Amino acid sequence: MTEQEDLEINDIASGSSLSKDAWIRLRKNRPALGGLIILTAFFAIALFTPWIAPYGYEVQDLNLGATGPSQDHWLGTDIFGRDLLTQIMYGGRISLSVGFLATIVALFIGVTWGSIAGFVGGRIDSVMMRLVDILYALPFMIFIILLMVVFGRNMLLLFLAIGAVEWLTMARIMRGQVQNLRQQEFVEAAVAIGLSRSVILVRHIIPNAIGPIIVYTTLTIPSVMLLEAFLSFLGLGIQPPETSWGLLIAYGAETMEEYPWLLLFPGFFLAVTLFSLNFLGDGLRDALDVRGAKD
Amino acid sequence: MQKINSNHLLKVDGLSVSFVTRNGIARAVEDISFTVDRGKTTAIIGESGSGKSVSCYSLLGLIPTPPGKIDSGSAIFDGQDLLRLSDERLRSIRGRRISMIFQDPMTCLNPFMTIGKQLAEPLICHQRLRRGQARDLSIELLREVGIREPEVTIDCFPHEFSGGMRQRVMIAMALINEPELLIADEPTTALDVTIQAQMLSLITELQNKRDLGVIFISHDLSVVSDFADDVIVMQKGRIVESGDRSSILGSPTHPYTKKLLSAIPRGGKAVSSVRGDDPLVQVKNLNTWFSSARYRTPIRAVSNVSFSILPGEVVGLVGESGSGKSTLGRSIVQLIKPTSGSVKFADLELTKLSNSSMKHQRRFMQIIFQDPFASLNPRMTVFDTLAEPMHLHKIVENKDVTSAVFKIMNDVGLTRSSVRKYPHEFSGGQRQRIAIGRALAVRPKFIVADEPVSALDVTIQSQVLTLIQELIDEYGLTMLFISHDLSVIRKISDRILIMHKGSIVEEGSSSKIFEHPENDYTRALIDAIPGRKLQVS
Repeated sequence: MTEQEDLEINDIASGSSLSKDAWIRLRKNRPALGGLIILTAFFAIALFTPWIAPYGYEVQDLNLGATGPSQDHWLGTDIFGRDLLTQIMYGGRISLSVGFLATIVALFIGVTWGSIAGFVGGRIDSVMMRLVDILYALPFMIFIILLMVVFGRNMLLLFLAIGAVEWLTMARIMRGQVQNLRQQEFVEAAVAIGLSRSVILVRHIIPNAIGPIIVYTTLTIPSVMLLEAFLSFLGLGIQPPETSWGLLIAYGAETMEEYPWLLLFPGFFLAVTLFSLNFLGDGLRDALDVRGAKD
Repeated sequence: MQKINSNHLLKVDGLSVSFVTRNGIARAVEDISFTVDRGKTTAIIGESGSGKSVSCYSLLGLIPTPPGKIDSGSAIFDGQDLLRLSDERLRSIRGRRISMIFQDPMTCLNPFMTIGKQLAEPLICHQRLRRGQARDLSIELLREVGIREPEVTIDCFPHEFSGGMRQRVMIAMALINEPELLIADEPTTALDVTIQAQMLSLITELQNKRDLGVIFISHDLSVVSDFADDVIVMQKGRIVESGDRSSILGSPTHPYTKKLLSAIPRGGKAVSSVRGDDPLVQVKNLNTWFSSARYRTPIRAVSNVSFSILPGEVVGLVGESGSGKSTLGRSIVQLIKPTSGSVKFADLELTKLSNSSMKHQRRFMQIIFQDPFASLNPRMTVFDTLAEPMHLHKIVENKDVTSAVFKIMNDVGLTRSSVRKYPHEFSGGQRQRIAIGRALAVRPKFIVADEPVSALDVTIQSQVLTLIQELIDEYGLTMLFISHDLSVIRKISDRILIMHKGSIVEEGSSSKIFEHPENDYTRALIDAIPGRKLQVS
């Protein structure tokens, strides 16, 4: 055996093939990689905002009023004379964390709940899914408003509240996928090997069910961001002087005719985030689908 | 255009078809010539991808263009060149003077329309009959293709019919406009042997009665060996050999034809591999019933079955679909919990084992499934698939797993370079090799092989069968080999069990079963084996 082959063999034996192959594929997908880079950059900026923002978020110069982009204020200022770039940076902290954290909460609960219901089946499945139906039937705005009223306004609660609503659809999608996969022969083959049910679920079923979930996740993140804007608009989410992209857009829309940049710039950042997410989501789905065209 | 040769119903000359793909031009069919006569059958034989279907579909304008393209050739049918007819003219011939039967009777019927409506449709559209007339004619035709009580069944939906009945309906639909030429594309491949035999005799009977020309496409030489007049053997888009039946079957000249002929399983197992008298597997009064919401009484898939398998013995289990043979196999390895009865494996009562001790026992018994496309996890590489059971049962130390995987791959005939590939990158035969490798990875004593070669082309089938035989010797395996195909079973088994409607109706050594069958059902099965003339010769 040559040294080259030896190296290859060591390479083969280490790590799960699927995730490694998926990463190699993702790297070749230009739009997805671009999306990933942009999102990473946004996260980095959000993380370091307090140190790199040109102004403090509470700094306002009422004399200045709303002005267009200038040397001192690259993206202009709002009617209170606050720097828009600073606001977008601080807003991004909130929007990105709400969007991603709430979605991760939803993803985690939904995938676990749905795959257990679908895999175990029978009475447990019925009970679990009826619970989902009941939660579906609750008007969720009232649910969130109730939570906010009882526990007060709290960022963490906001994540949980939105996540707790969004997981329902995830659970349903996952259950359908798992139910379908459970009857496949390769699952039976895994039982025949002697694998335990949890290993079968994690290693054989979930990787095959993940495609639609990824796509749905990338759709959920933006909708969660907009939901946060809506809640904030109602006075249940973020309150000034804190801000988020959703809020900035909402206020910007009010003064669209006089000060269009107040709508355009926050809108631009939200749009770029959404595009990046979509490209990344499509790329991830394709990367995980080993049946896709082999290059 | 004048009639060139009135004897020939269809004369295809120099037909070439190609497909434009991303990787360049694929020549599906190259320079094909053949003729079909009235009242005669021309069989086109070849494995999947040999261009046998494409050549016939292109005659009827049924290949999508683009990417398909008919490069050259002519197909003279009743003085007209089919390849040069306008779409409209072709439509008046297709379905009316030339009709087709397809492989899968499940997907070719509209599940939302009654049989009667589907039959009447072409009558009303092509022959402009009134509904009443169309219905009477349909009933008449259903009776002719052997459907009982057609007055009642005409109002049934396709799902209320069995596979064989559906194929009869398909034949009735193909015949309804009294065509002159019938193209049958693997019409019996999806059917059981006994039903296949009925179907073939039905086609021959109708052919004689109506003076039909038939093109019969199949991958299986033995199927056509009983009734085809002319045989054309295709490989990679070309005709490699053609001639009348007796010359092709009796004295083939092309090596590919010889290979096809030798791939037909025949004869029995040469040496018995049985060691010892203490049974390794002992099944006693086994029952597996399924309760269903539709029926009050449970479905008795396996009812009161008893038999035993000696160490090293290969026992063949034969029966048609629905006979419960797969359920029996799965009940033995406890993939389905039996309702009652006992399964002993090396004196261990499997039905009473706890889940965790059963998982431990799975090391010693494995199962190979029928469909290698469904039985492999599409997102696991060959390496992961083969290494997983080794890790689980700690067959070898972790550092030796890689070399153990290569050993298995070598044993089942896969190249080392494919270790990182995913199942979809393999052909059906290679996938089945992976599945066999997975079963062997834990070095089991006993394997249930559930129709492991039924989904494969004949030549591949014979390779995989040979592989299984070699592995039985090399690994000292004991095996329950399930199949609907008696000739496959005969080739591999020491002893044969015949299963019918959930019970074992006959049991005996393979020579005894074949030479002195006692049960009527066994006799019917043996008579249904296609290509019996070949078996004898």
